[in-house]
Amino acid sequence: MSASRTAARGETAVAAVLLVALVLLVVATLASVTVGTRVLSPAETLAGLLGHEGIASTVIWELRLPRTLLGLLVGVALGVAGVLAQAVTRNPLADPGLLGISAGGAVAVVAGSVFLGLGAGLPRVLLALAGAALATVAVYLFASRSPEGLTPVNMTLAGMALTAFLGAAVSATVLLSASTMDQYRFWVVGALNLPDPAVLLPAAVPAVAGAILAIVVSGSLNALALGDDTAAALGVAVLRTRLLAGAAVVLLSGTAVALAGPIAFVGLVIPHIARALVGTDVRRVLAVSAVLGPLLLVTADVVGRLVARPAEVQVGVVTALLGTPFFIWLTRRAKERSQ
Amino acid sequence: MIAAPTRTARSLLPRPRPRRRVVVAVLGTLLVLAVASAVALSLGDEPTAPAALWEALNGRGPENTVYAVLEVRLPRVVLALAVGTAFGVAGGLSQSVLRNPLASPDVLGISAGASVAVVAVIAVGSLGGPVGVVPIPAAALAGGLAAAGLIALLARDGALQGRRILLVGIALSAALTALTQFLLTRIDVYDAQRSAAWLTGSLNARGWGEAMPVLVGVAVLLPAALVLAHTNRALLFEDEVVAGWGVRPGRSRTALLVIAVCLAALATSAAGPVAFVALVAGQVARRLAAVPDIPPILAGAAGASLVLVADTIARTALPFQLPVGVLTALVGAPYLLYLLQRRRSTRGTP
Repeated sequence: MSASRTAARGETAVAAVLLVALVLLVVATLASVTVGTRVLSPAETLAGLLGHEGIASTVIWELRLPRTLLGLLVGVALGVAGVLAQAVTRNPLADPGLLGISAGGAVAVVAGSVFLGLGAGLPRVLLALAGAALATVAVYLFASRSPEGLTPVNMTLAGMALTAFLGAAVSATVLLSASTMDQYRFWVVGALNLPDPAVLLPAAVPAVAGAILAIVVSGSLNALALGDDTAAALGVAVLRTRLLAGAAVVLLSGTAVALAGPIAFVGLVIPHIARALVGTDVRRVLAVSAVLGPLLLVTADVVGRLVARPAEVQVGVVTALLGTPFFIWLTRRAKERSQ
Repeated sequence: MIAAPTRTARSLLPRPRPRRRVVVAVLGTLLVLAVASAVALSLGDEPTAPAALWEALNGRGPENTVYAVLEVRLPRVVLALAVGTAFGVAGGLSQSVLRNPLASPDVLGISAGASVAVVAVIAVGSLGGPVGVVPIPAAALAGGLAAAGLIALLARDGALQGRRILLVGIALSAALTALTQFLLTRIDVYDAQRSAAWLTGSLNARGWGEAMPVLVGVAVLLPAALVLAHTNRALLFEDEVVAGWGVRPGRSRTALLVIAVCLAALATSAAGPVAFVALVAGQVARRLAAVPDIPPILAGAAGASLVLVADTIARTALPFQLPVGVLTALVGAPYLLYLLQRRRSTRGTP
C-alpha cells in the first residue's frame, strides 16, 4: 500500500519537474530565437516567424531556428548519452567528452575531410559514429584491464590519454593546411553554427535510434546498478545490456560530435542534476535529462551570444567553463563520502 | 600507509651514496644524449658526414655546411635539450614530491595554464593591441603558477589524495584548453595556425631567442633542486618522520613544486606544451634508477633524450616537418595507458 503511494507521489514529483523543465525549455528556445547580435522585439519575432518582414524573417528562418533546433537535438543527445554512460559504468564522472568518445568521432571527421574530401552531411555523421564506436571500445578495454578495474579515476585517465593520442593525430593532419585549420578551429571548440541546415534531418536518425535504445535498456540499467551478479540473478542479460547501452552512447554522442563538435561536460552535469531532482531510477533520470540537456545547451548558447557581443563565445567554451567547477566539486565530494 | 616501520628503519641505515646504479644510469643516459646530439646535428636536408660535422663545428669546411650545422641545427638541438631537461626535471620532481607516479605538470594542467596565458598575449597582439608588452616566458610563468596555485588551493584540505588530484588537473586542463580554443577562433587565421603549431609542441623555426630563457631557468633551478634533493628523498616518508630528521616538509615540498612549475612553464613558453615528456621522463628515470626518489639529473637527461630523439625523427622522417609534440603524444599516451594496466606501485600510491 504505502509503497504504491510513495511511487505515486514520486510520479507526481517527476511530472512536476518535467513540467517546469519543459516550460523553461520553451522560454530558452524563444530566447534563442529572439536574442543575438541583433535582438528582436516580440512583434518582430512573430512577424519574422510568419514570414512577413524581410530581415527578421531571414535571421530567424535561416540562422536562429536551425541553430536552436541543433541545440535541442545535440542537448538531448548529450544528456541521454551521459545518463547511459554513467549508469553502464557505474561511474559518476563518466561523460562522452571526458572519456575520449567525442575525440574518436572528431578524429574520424577530420581525417575524412582532409584525406577523403568528405564534407558536412551524412558521410560526416557516419564517420563520427564509427570513430566514436572505436574510441568507446578502446577506452573500455584499457580501463577495464587495469588492476583496480573500471574505477572513475582509471576511466578518466584512459579517456584523457586517448583524447591526447587522437588530438595529436588531428593536429598533425590539420597543421598541413591553413584552410582545414580555419574550419577546424571553429568546429573543435563546440559550436552550434550549422553550415547546412539540411543535414539536421538525416543526422537526427541515429540520434533517435540511440534514444529508443536508451528507453529499451533503461529498466535493465536499474538492475545493473545493483552489481553484475545481482542483475544476473534478477534475470537481466548483463552483457547484452552493456552492449546496447554502449551502442546508444555511441549513436548519441557520435551524432552530437558530427553536428556540433566535441562538447564536453553536458553529459556529465545533466544526469547529476536530474538525479538530485527525481532520484536514481534510470527511467526517470533519462526522461528529465532529455529535457534538461537541451535546456542547458540552448541556454549556454544564448549566454555565449550575449557575453561578448557583437562577437560570440562558442557553446563548448561556455559548457566547459560551467562544467569544470562542477566536475571538481564532484571529485572532492566523492572522496569525502568514501571516507 | 607510506612508511611502514621496517621500511623507515631500513632507510635510516647508512646507504652507499651515490648508489652505483644511479651513476651508471646517469652516465648511460648522457651517452645516449651525446650520440643523439651528434646524429641530430648531422641530419637535415643535406646530411653531414661525421668528419665534416667535426670540421663544421669548429667553423671550417664548406660555407653552407657550416651554416646548416651552426646556424640551423645547433640552436634547435640546444633548444630541444633545454626544453627536454626542463620538462624532465619538472616531471621527476612533481612525481616524487606528490608521491604519485602520474602527477606531472602536463597531466596536472600546468602546461595548459602556461599555454592559455601565452595564447592570450598572442591574441592581444593579433587583435591590434600592444605587441610584446608582456614577454612570452613571463606570461607562461604567470599562467603556470596560477594553475598550480589553483590546484594547491583545491587540494589543501586533503580531499584530493592520491590519483584524485589528477582528475582535478584533467578537468582544469579541459577548461583551459576550451579557453585557448576560443582565443584561437578570435584571431587572424595565420596567427591561429602558428599558435596551433605551438600548442602541439613544436621546435620549428625557433632559435637562440627562445632557448635563452629556458637555459637560464635550467641553470638556476636545477642546482636549486639538487640542493633540495636530500629533502626530496626525505619527502617520501611521513611528515612526522621527516620532521624528526630536522627537515621542514611543508616548505621543502612547496619549494620543489614551485621549481617544477617554473621549469615546466619556461619550457612551455619556448616549445609549447610538448605532451607527456614530463610524465614519461620521470617514470623512465624512476625505472632506470630503481629508486623511489627520482634523481633530478636523471629525469632531466631522460627528458632531453626524449625530446631530442622525437624532434629529430619528427623533422627528418617525413617529407614535411611534424611538430615534436605530435610524436611525443603518440608515444606518451600509449605509455600512460600501459602504466594504467600495471599493478599499483609498491610505494603506497593510492
